Amino acid sequence: MSKTKISVNKKSEMAAKINKILFDNMVTILFIVLCIIEIILSGQSAYFILNELVARIARNSFLVLSLIIPVIAGMGLNFGIVIGAMAAQAAIIAVAHWQIKGILGFLLCILLSTPLAILLGYITGKLLNKTKGQEMIASMIFGFFANGIYQLIFLLLIGTIIPMKDPVIVLSSGVGIKNTIDLSGSIKYSLDNLIKLPLSITLAIICFGFMVYYLWKYIKKREKKNLFVSLLFIIAGGCFAVIYNYEFMLNKINVPIATMLLILALCFFNNFICSTKLGQNFKAVGQNMHIAGVSGINVDKVRVNAIIISTVLAAWGQLIFLQNIGTLNTYGSHEQVGMFAIASLLIGGATVTNADNKQAIIGTILFHTMFIVSPMAGKNLFGNAQIGEYFRVFVVYGVIGVSLGLHAWKNQYEKNKLMKQ
Amino acid sequence: MSESILEMKDIEKEYFGNKVLKGININVKPGEIHAIVGENGAGKSTLMNILFGMPVIHSTGGFKGEIYFNGKKTEIKCPKDAMNLGIGMVHQEFMLLPSFTITENIKLNREKTKNNFLSKIMGEKVKTLDMKAMGADSRKSLDKVGMTIDEWAMVEGLPVGYMQFIEIAREIDKSNIKLLVFDEPTAVLTESEAEHLIDCMKKLAEEGIGIIFITHRLDEVMMAADSITVLRDGEMVANKKRGETNVVELAELMVGRKIERLVNKNESAENEEQKETIMEIKNLKVLMPGEEVKDVSLNIKRGEILGIGGLAGQGKIGIANGIMGLYESKGEVLFKGKAFKLNNTSEALKSGLAFVSEDRRGVGLLLDKSMELNIVISSMQIKNEYLKKIGFFTQMDSKNIRKHALKMINELDIRCRGPQQKVRQLSGGNQQKICIARALTLKPEILFVSEPTRGIDIGAKKLILDLLVKLNKEQGMTIVMTSSELSELRAISDRIVIISKGKIEGILKPDDSDADFGLMMAGHYHKIQKEEL
Repeated sequence: MSKTKISVNKKSEMAAKINKILFDNMVTILFIVLCIIEIILSGQSAYFILNELVARIARNSFLVLSLIIPVIAGMGLNFGIVIGAMAAQAAIIAVAHWQIKGILGFLLCILLSTPLAILLGYITGKLLNKTKGQEMIASMIFGFFANGIYQLIFLLLIGTIIPMKDPVIVLSSGVGIKNTIDLSGSIKYSLDNLIKLPLSITLAIICFGFMVYYLWKYIKKREKKNLFVSLLFIIAGGCFAVIYNYEFMLNKINVPIATMLLILALCFFNNFICSTKLGQNFKAVGQNMHIAGVSGINVDKVRVNAIIISTVLAAWGQLIFLQNIGTLNTYGSHEQVGMFAIASLLIGGATVTNADNKQAIIGTILFHTMFIVSPMAGKNLFGNAQIGEYFRVFVVYGVIGVSLGLHAWKNQYEKNKLMKQ
Repeated sequence: MSESILEMKDIEKEYFGNKVLKGININVKPGEIHAIVGENGAGKSTLMNILFGMPVIHSTGGFKGEIYFNGKKTEIKCPKDAMNLGIGMVHQEFMLLPSFTITENIKLNREKTKNNFLSKIMGEKVKTLDMKAMGADSRKSLDKVGMTIDEWAMVEGLPVGYMQFIEIAREIDKSNIKLLVFDEPTAVLTESEAEHLIDCMKKLAEEGIGIIFITHRLDEVMMAADSITVLRDGEMVANKKRGETNVVELAELMVGRKIERLVNKNESAENEEQKETIMEIKNLKVLMPGEEVKDVSLNIKRGEILGIGGLAGQGKIGIANGIMGLYESKGEVLFKGKAFKLNNTSEALKSGLAFVSEDRRGVGLLLDKSMELNIVISSMQIKNEYLKKIGFFTQMDSKNIRKHALKMINELDIRCRGPQQKVRQLSGGNQQKICIARALTLKPEILFVSEPTRGIDIGAKKLILDLLVKLNKEQGMTIVMTSSELSELRAISDRIVIISKGKIEGILKPDDSDADFGLMMAGHYHKIQKEEL
């Protein structure tokens, strides 16, 4: 009798656990399901999807990761990263004008955009300190405002107040920057082409890296589990290495290693910051500004710092994005940056108050898988690629709305549970 | 005996011409536990604000008097000065971050750090936290306060009792601590936890730390304190050693004042049992943050003035807010014998209840609208009165509104330039009258009034109370008044319910003794009665 009771208990415990996992990750799970359905509907080849996906992960991850620190500091999703993107584009226009090629041009872009992003981040941070509690909408509107100034400078002041003679970049009237700027003469692929390896080799290297990590863990902790995992990785890595010697699609997909390393470095940076005094301040302020203030932390300054870091990272992220795209859409490239990055982060399961590297990367993968397959899925389903295109846009705004809504609903649900007790 | 660690001499403080401290002297020796007792508004928190140099003191014109710390005259200009001197505070509301571990909370903003490859270039800020050293420090402090809990446990989800001790551990972790202020530390603790806390306080005192213990619980004062100061209305009414006094005397000192009864005694005592019950409340629970009601059962009788009293944070304000549906509530309420739906404000208003909120400027009034609109807006919304119908559209019936507003201005004696004046420009007392006028416009059967005299000068206070009495007598309106000021409850109520820890501690008559009121407010009326039995 008692035995069955225990097993029933265990079962219901398991069920409760699974329930909790489903409940906590419902946004991500919803989009995984959607992605799988769309992949099947689109009928695209694995090669096409993977190839696109690798390129898009390299292109977008940095921007998504730049959102994490403001979330930790309790400032919500920083729609203000478009301001960082504008700083980057200003630098790119300058470098395109000087026609500095390759990685040198890229480094110069970083050098130019960083101080600008720091300044703009400082201003944004100051503004957000005046609008505590409404950071998200305030940063979004401030982004629109900054866009106005950006357009004023590059559409009107170039050629009139700011002297610039460059028939390639400047409009034929001599005033204003052209709508699109070709970057093949400057920074196109400057970072991506630095080191390139086939996907199979990359995966093999990653597997061997994990193997070493788990082996080291095993040596330290002497847990059998770690040894087993490292064994799995060595087998997987071996397989990838073998594949490299045969004709297979994984060999045809090239991975921009330098870009990926930068993204990895940013992940480490985010973690590193969290383990420092500065990160502890971010976390304290993020939880409760009042308590942090009482214990002597300069809350306003901490918040400004968080936004500065985010803006600078966003500027670098936009540089990575544009060197991969290869053309600068002077008045459009930055506009959607905030929306797309935030939608990615939210799909990964992040919320307004909680985000980490893992969520950023998973979110980027899911979001862009959806982006890649949507048009074809739409075409196959409705006979019209336009509808797929519509789905793309719908997904971006929809996910932001849905996950903000779910977040509020979860809070409500937990409050009700508290009430019932 | 050794020199005092803290001496506050002739402290006086005025807020806008209103004297809140009138010559207080406090003297704390190292190793002494000095209790300060007094009702809400007696001046305890103002005194502590002065000690900590809080900005609220200096932005309102500073204070008079002198502070000596460690025998030296000192000026404390900001909380940081106090911290540097070695004055620590254990807050009443917990200053703990829920998703940090205990260690992280104890070392908040005093983290131990070590160098890493970046900190040499980018400075102090990016030094890595030395979690191991922080943990060791925290362990030491936790041991000192007698906590065996794991220092790496998350604060979120810990029992409330633990949090208080973590706060104490944080204060004594500061190496230079000399004086520790406990601001009502036992308010949220269970009895055994409170005893543990007092033991811990005594242990700290033995180490030579001076302790100021602010509390309402008088038996704890008797248990812990070496000397006791009683404040009342900003005055120091007594300064006693432990042996010289007892709980009953302290209760009297705390509350004692002349009570001016506004209602005739024999009138109010009129055979109460015969009055019909208009509202029956059973097991009411209200989830109002800071004023949680845990289990209240109460009968409200037709035509009475029922007072609800108690200390701040005990839940007295939650009752009216809960019934009116402003905060989530649970329980069974019968209104005129029929079941009453909770959590629905418009339903409550429709069925004949009206509420004058304690948050006059926040919830109560549309400050930038005219008086007349403020008076009728609820009835327009709830009862569709003062409206004209033109086809599908409704319009405000401005003629009727004006007439009614003038009538109210006349009846309630609202001092204003006219019905179109903006509410923001009126004084607190007149704003309160407008709140009441609006409630009256609904023609309620029960009027709930919360803290009707908060922030109103003394003259106007009396007018408001007179008004309530008049409504009760002339129109037979049932009034439920919640107030922190016992004297005004005793001035007009027929019965007074005292709430403590979210439950009813007892129901008293206005002319019961000061000691009974004092003991009930402090929440151990029953305890003493039990002992006597």
